[in-house]
Amino acid sequence: MMPRLKMKLFAGLAALSLTLAAFSAGAEAATHALDLSGTEMSAQESLQTALILAEPGDTLLLPEGTFALTDGLSLDIDNVTLKGAGPEKTILSFKNQEAGSEGLMVTSSGVTLEDFAIEDAKGDAIKVMGADGITMRRLRTEWTDGPKETNGAYGLYPVSSKNVLIDNCTAIGASDAGIYVGQSQHIIVKNSRAAFNVAGIEIENSYYADVFGNTAEHNTGGILIFDLPGLPQQGGHSIRVFDNRVVNNDTGNFAPEGNIVGEVPTGTGIMVMANRNVEVFGNEIADNGTTNVLIVAYPNDYEDENYFPFPQGIHVHGNRIGEGGTTPDNEIGELIAQITGTPIPDIIWDGRMPWGDYFFGPEAGNGIYIGENTATDEGGQVDFANVDATMWYAANWFHSTKRELPDHAGGPATLTPVTLAPVTQPQETQ
Amino acid sequence: MKRAAHILLGLALWAGGALPAGAVNMEAVLSKRPAATLSAYGLFEDGGAQRPAKGVLPYDLITPLFSDYAEKRRFVFVPEGKVASYDGEDIFSFPVGSVLVKTFAYKDESAAAAHGLRLIETRLLIHGEDGWHAYPYVWNEAQSEAVLKVAGARMEIPVPRPDGRILTARYAVPNVNQCKGCHVSGKTLEPIGPKARNLNHDFSYESGPANQLSTWQEAGILTGLPDGGPGAWPRVPDWSDPESGTLAVRARAYLDVNCAHCHKEDGPAKTSGLFLTWQEQDPARWGVHKRPVAAGRGSGGLAFDIVPGDPEASILHYRMNSADPGIMMPELGRSLIHEEGVALIRTWIEQL
Repeated sequence: MMPRLKMKLFAGLAALSLTLAAFSAGAEAATHALDLSGTEMSAQESLQTALILAEPGDTLLLPEGTFALTDGLSLDIDNVTLKGAGPEKTILSFKNQEAGSEGLMVTSSGVTLEDFAIEDAKGDAIKVMGADGITMRRLRTEWTDGPKETNGAYGLYPVSSKNVLIDNCTAIGASDAGIYVGQSQHIIVKNSRAAFNVAGIEIENSYYADVFGNTAEHNTGGILIFDLPGLPQQGGHSIRVFDNRVVNNDTGNFAPEGNIVGEVPTGTGIMVMANRNVEVFGNEIADNGTTNVLIVAYPNDYEDENYFPFPQGIHVHGNRIGEGGTTPDNEIGELIAQITGTPIPDIIWDGRMPWGDYFFGPEAGNGIYIGENTATDEGGQVDFANVDATMWYAANWFHSTKRELPDHAGGPATLTPVTLAPVTQPQETQ
Repeated sequence: MKRAAHILLGLALWAGGALPAGAVNMEAVLSKRPAATLSAYGLFEDGGAQRPAKGVLPYDLITPLFSDYAEKRRFVFVPEGKVASYDGEDIFSFPVGSVLVKTFAYKDESAAAAHGLRLIETRLLIHGEDGWHAYPYVWNEAQSEAVLKVAGARMEIPVPRPDGRILTARYAVPNVNQCKGCHVSGKTLEPIGPKARNLNHDFSYESGPANQLSTWQEAGILTGLPDGGPGAWPRVPDWSDPESGTLAVRARAYLDVNCAHCHKEDGPAKTSGLFLTWQEQDPARWGVHKRPVAAGRGSGGLAFDIVPGDPEASILHYRMNSADPGIMMPELGRSLIHEEGVALIRTWIEQL
């Protein structure tokens, strides 16, 4: 039989012309109420066409309702606002997505996304790449079947961006991180909720971040501050994690293997890996089964001479810390438990540092500084252990767990609040 | 000389229409807004037959991008009196008003279309005053016209394979943002294909086979070609032809064309730390024992992009061998697995 070609176009030229006409009214910023009813064009084509034809300054209003999308959406126009009727009212469902590694990809600057939900994207829910200025407000990203290895990696995923604001968002079910900010600078993540993800909130290879007022619960790990080798931006620093609730992180790790978060033990509260100048204060941290606070060096081999794998200038103080460490998970949790016994202390440092520092102490300001923290469990106390992983592996005979707080020279750097620059750069025309 | 032959051919074949004989419509090319129809540009004498207008030269690439087994017809247009400058590494510097044309088609013996080809879409890369622009035009059933589809389109296309299987491509015409997804370099849009190393071989012109770079120079659309002839100019091997290079260079040529438009220093995939350009020398940067960063389930439970000797343990192989949008690489431009490409990479990793 001769192969016959079937062409199924989304809609005809007539529909496109209508849309073009609707958008050619002028260069003045305008508000467009989008029709996603599918009567003239599919919701997919209507929305994608609007995202392409928008002018800088335009607001695109998404109607209330659940809309099925088949391909990833993308926005590449600066200073556009995409606004729905609310994170429970305007739902973009990607359950039947056929192509695209994201639900929505933003590659322009000064964009505001607010009041809608992205559900069941095949890859990441919302990725923002290379933006100067991105606001995500009252968004929800969710994989609706609950934690599953086949869920997409990230919910809210700004990367390689500057001036990032994530406010009042909800991220559920990501197989890597619900809220993930990577290789970015000047970041605020606040008043959001991350639940049932592998990592609730993760700040990775980033500079100048304030993470506050969030709730991270029922993830594998609550809030992770990571730095990884071999990337264009590394040496993460100047990050404040404060006034968050990091509780009941008890979902088994469902990250596909190979990803760094796949190594995070179930029941990790706040974890700092290989960053400089991180301040963790004023948080409520409790009921995290492996440990409430974990400070570690990068654990894997790497080939990157520019990479610094150790945490430096970490300051943990003024937190209210409850029970935890009663159900250590995976080989990391078991190793710690082997060294400290169970329950594992509230604050664990792996004790790894450059050999010079190991014998002579870190330079002033580069140490681990544990201040006053308050126990919230009855009769409890906030305990600490330096598990001395260096010696555990290198020369076990000399290994010693240290329960007293480190007495490192100098004190932690004073970190200033993050401010986001307004987007003032001229519009680049394409 | 060759250009003159095309002019004569064009005049001889001109069959009428709104435009002057065989002339590219520079007003349409330089307009801020894309034309609604492909024919408005006057790039073809006969679009359905893919017969180019005067001054529009066909070309091909030694190692092309895989696009769901589509056949491609490529053309280059440089405005009269202007010339592109040679570059040994990167894309040539094309003058304003240049157009790169790529038509995607499938063999279809039942179609009325000429040459047994069903034309699907023609993508234009137009070098306007303010930079390059990318526009997709989708052909109609009658194969008489192609119309602009800024939001892209999707269609089902049967793809017969040599072993008798008939696969179904969920062929995607990219929207203009998706065009940029691959064609972006830094913040600006750029062509990908026409680099010296990927053009430096003979093309079967109507007047006979001739080296493409020499032909471009003779046609007056390329300047700065170094002395020494084709043997002195850079050349990638044909990924599918063992005669043209070792397994290693053919694999790297394949990855360069299929992956490096994103996986390069200023490309959209730079944040992965995986760089698959032809020039990349550091094995750790092209994937050997490199850990995934934000791959999600794209890692397939594997720890490294490339494990020498073990393709089954290599994420690179895993993602090429998938058609799941959350896993597959490249992210765009295919719905089918390129079985022959996967086999090449598989064999290469086995022998690393």
